[in-house]
Amino acid sequence: MKDDVTSREERIENLKGMGCSRKRVEDARFTQGKGNYVDDVKLDGMLFGDFVRSPYAHARIKNIETAAALEVPGVLAVLTAADLEPLGLHWMPTLAGDKQMVLADGKVLFQGQEVAFVVAEDRYAAADGIEAVEVEYEELEVLVDPFKALASDVVLREDTVDETGKPTDGAHGPRKHPNHIFTWEAGDKGPTFEVIDAAEVVAEETMYYHRTHPCPLETCGCVASMDKVNGKLTLWGTFQAPHAIRTIVSLISGLEEHNIRVISPDIGGGFGNKVGAYPGYVCSVVASIVTGKPVKWIEDRMDNLMTTAFARDYWMKGRISATKEGKITGLHCHVTADHGGFDACADPTKFPAGFMNICTGSYDIPTAFLEVDGVYTNKAPGGVSYRCSFRVTEAVYFIERMIEVLAIKLNMDAAELRRINFIRKEQFPYTAALGWEYDSGDYHTAWDKALKTVDYDGLRAEQAQRVEDFKAGKTRKLMGIGLSFFTEIVGAGPVKNCDILGLGMFDSCEIRIHPTGSAIARLGTISQGQGHATTFAQILASEIGLPADSITIEEGDTDTAPYGLGTYGSRSTPVAGAATAMAGRKIRAKAQMIAAYLLEVHDDDVEFDVDRFVVKGAPERFKTMKEIAFASYNQAIPGIEPGLEAVSYYDPPNMTYPFGAYVCVMDIDVDTGVTDIRRFYALDDCGTRINPMVIEGQVHGGLTEALAVALGQEIAYDDMGNVKTGTLMDFFLPTAWEVPNYETDFTVTPSPHHPIGAKGVGESPHVGGVPCFSNAVQDAFRAFGNTHTNMPHDHWRIWKTANELGLHG
Amino acid sequence: MSNKKHYKITVNGKDEEFLAEPRELLIYTLRERLNITGPHIGCETSHCGACTVTIDGKSVKACTMFVAQADGKDITTIEGIGGPDDLHPLQNAFKEHHGLQCGYCTPGMITRATKLLEENPNPTEEDIRFGMAGNICRCTGYQNIVKSIQAAAAEMNAAQSSSSEVVGHKSVEAAE
Repeated sequence: MKDDVTSREERIENLKGMGCSRKRVEDARFTQGKGNYVDDVKLDGMLFGDFVRSPYAHARIKNIETAAALEVPGVLAVLTAADLEPLGLHWMPTLAGDKQMVLADGKVLFQGQEVAFVVAEDRYAAADGIEAVEVEYEELEVLVDPFKALASDVVLREDTVDETGKPTDGAHGPRKHPNHIFTWEAGDKGPTFEVIDAAEVVAEETMYYHRTHPCPLETCGCVASMDKVNGKLTLWGTFQAPHAIRTIVSLISGLEEHNIRVISPDIGGGFGNKVGAYPGYVCSVVASIVTGKPVKWIEDRMDNLMTTAFARDYWMKGRISATKEGKITGLHCHVTADHGGFDACADPTKFPAGFMNICTGSYDIPTAFLEVDGVYTNKAPGGVSYRCSFRVTEAVYFIERMIEVLAIKLNMDAAELRRINFIRKEQFPYTAALGWEYDSGDYHTAWDKALKTVDYDGLRAEQAQRVEDFKAGKTRKLMGIGLSFFTEIVGAGPVKNCDILGLGMFDSCEIRIHPTGSAIARLGTISQGQGHATTFAQILASEIGLPADSITIEEGDTDTAPYGLGTYGSRSTPVAGAATAMAGRKIRAKAQMIAAYLLEVHDDDVEFDVDRFVVKGAPERFKTMKEIAFASYNQAIPGIEPGLEAVSYYDPPNMTYPFGAYVCVMDIDVDTGVTDIRRFYALDDCGTRINPMVIEGQVHGGLTEALAVALGQEIAYDDMGNVKTGTLMDFFLPTAWEVPNYETDFTVTPSPHHPIGAKGVGESPHVGGVPCFSNAVQDAFRAFGNTHTNMPHDHWRIWKTANELGLHG
Repeated sequence: MSNKKHYKITVNGKDEEFLAEPRELLIYTLRERLNITGPHIGCETSHCGACTVTIDGKSVKACTMFVAQADGKDITTIEGIGGPDDLHPLQNAFKEHHGLQCGYCTPGMITRATKLLEENPNPTEEDIRFGMAGNICRCTGYQNIVKSIQAAAAEMNAAQSSSSEVVGHKSVEAAE
């Protein structure tokens, strides 16, 4: 019997567990400039490596002269493909089953491609060395258009054709042309075409989802340090998947995996950019082995935008059929996917177009067919998921545009068209025509709440009046109402169908409880700003009854963290968050036995209550988790090992399917093309909410990245393959000045298969935001005959749309 | 090829003297030579503001200033704004209002905000959005950064007015 003055409510509050807006533990160091990012890593005798890069998009390399560079003070070595070839490291495998040149092997395939690696005492000496390397190029015909690439006699990748010039089979089956990478299909072609051909109404549209880039504020980089005495390699880097990087380094270097330690320190934003394996990593490792010294490589911004990763670049052709009343009957989508010079897309192995087959969206579409053709061009490789699960942004953009196009064809309100086609609550779990089983959803409730909150009918009335006023010459501003309703597919994923390079996409958590009732938990994921150290401790606090403030979360060191596949595709909470809860439950199960022993009752006679086990029916008899922790270290309990630790490797049974309803109200100046976002309402349903403050922050950030992509951000090439947007002068990153305030809202539909019902949220606002902003622009011009225009909707393109519609008089 | 010159700068109140090539960028001097790693490199073209420091009372992007241009100047970085025992109200406010996520822009953002609030102690939201437009954040969408700066301004003004009230009161007494 004890004297316990703390109320149950206070005990819950003290835990700072799930559902509270706990302040972030990461912020103390970041606000004081004490973060530790990879460029802050400094080692004795550390050298600096940097690349000689190709100014041409397609050229043969006739000669590389390095002698003059080696004379430059401070330059120690210059690596070329010829140096890497004896090691078998002049090419490396990509995540997509293709291979990629580490350093140019006889030719270059995109502007900025890595040609030679200069290793010097500091960055200035490396830059001087780069200037002194002479490369003789012979220019070749450049192909930046995937359709032209598929019709051209120019063979971009000579390593993918046989001696007769015929394409060899690729990683995903037969190839149709030397510049073709794969064809990937989902759904039923015949039945879909039959339905569409016989339909009462068919809407068709071709849309280009332009190439862009995740562009985190911190670029990619690493420090490789080979300790020749111990035979151990330590590799610090901006890795979103540190364990996968360790395995890849082991596979391609021949070093045994236990001799490699990969550390992801603080990461300054990832957004998909830092998932891939890049030539800089390989060259740094080789240079460290060659010189016996640590070697650092850090991209500059131009390197970043031009070479490591890109996103999107999908040409999508759609047909959608419906009854006259607007009930959708079929969907067909064909994608021509521009993958650049090497297929280095970061997708699970069996999904060369990612989860593009979520493109039936939130709608009950009985039959559908998707086909994707991947194509080589003279652009940078990458194909990462920029703040989305694999190709989900493309899929959602496609369906949310097709819905708008169909609404125009039917002369119907687009909100109503969505409503009558939503998958109904009682249909979940719902198997979509393209194969996915949606775990849960309540779309109508979310949609109705959104439309009511923004007074949708009022907005439409105001818009109609605006059109009248415009026609009467009373205003030069149009009003657009952007709608989007998205369903994401995140949390990759079940090992049965999700792997990267053969590594199943489970994730993990290991927990150790210390004697005095605090704990450390380590995970296979790595935060890049998501605040894992804050939120995973909250999950654990609720599960094991120790305060979140007493729990340290550690990630990113492969020597200490359990194996996991990292953080991207909103997988941390769905997969590692589940592992955390499951490991916590193992702790609790053992704690229950200890508590029962200490209370001298049967295991079944105690129950967990917030922060303690109590004797059923006698709540005054209890042992707190803190007491149990100490007992686990000092009591000899029959049949129970000392200590209190647990590990869980969680293989999710299904993906999770967050969804949301977004509305954007925008005014557009017809004469300047300038957009003014008057209102943006975002309702997200990410299942169980762990930390509302963090969720809202993620929504604000994701919407802003969506705004960027929809309204101006692109990686553009000219016909010569020159990157036209290689600096922040040309590549649009919104500032505080261009960004509105967002209204956030939510519903809660927990995932039925996730231990805590959480679904992931970091990418939802980007996925749902892009079509919402784009639909707002397009909707403003609907009354004047606009059906579709391609993003990015920068001022010039909007002006052009207005001009083509004859709105400039 | 020794092209090194002698430079003297004051950083966070500490005098630093060294030999460096004039072409060395100030951000490099700070980060590599003086081990002051709070200011970060994001673009090296003056666009992102991750490298923002204060030089002789003005916000400056250290990635596009040569060390030669900084000779003799007084420089403040995030490390000089507040530490564990004397946090600046902005550092507190960014934490309280979730004004950061990955933290990479934060040192530059807070350093710029200290100057903004000196230039304009009572900024409107529009003033803040305009005054911070030289600093890019990829994570937060700025909404909570604006909130953080507003909160810090309110706190600093409250502290200011309570201390000036005391002074004012005394002066009234003295006048009587």
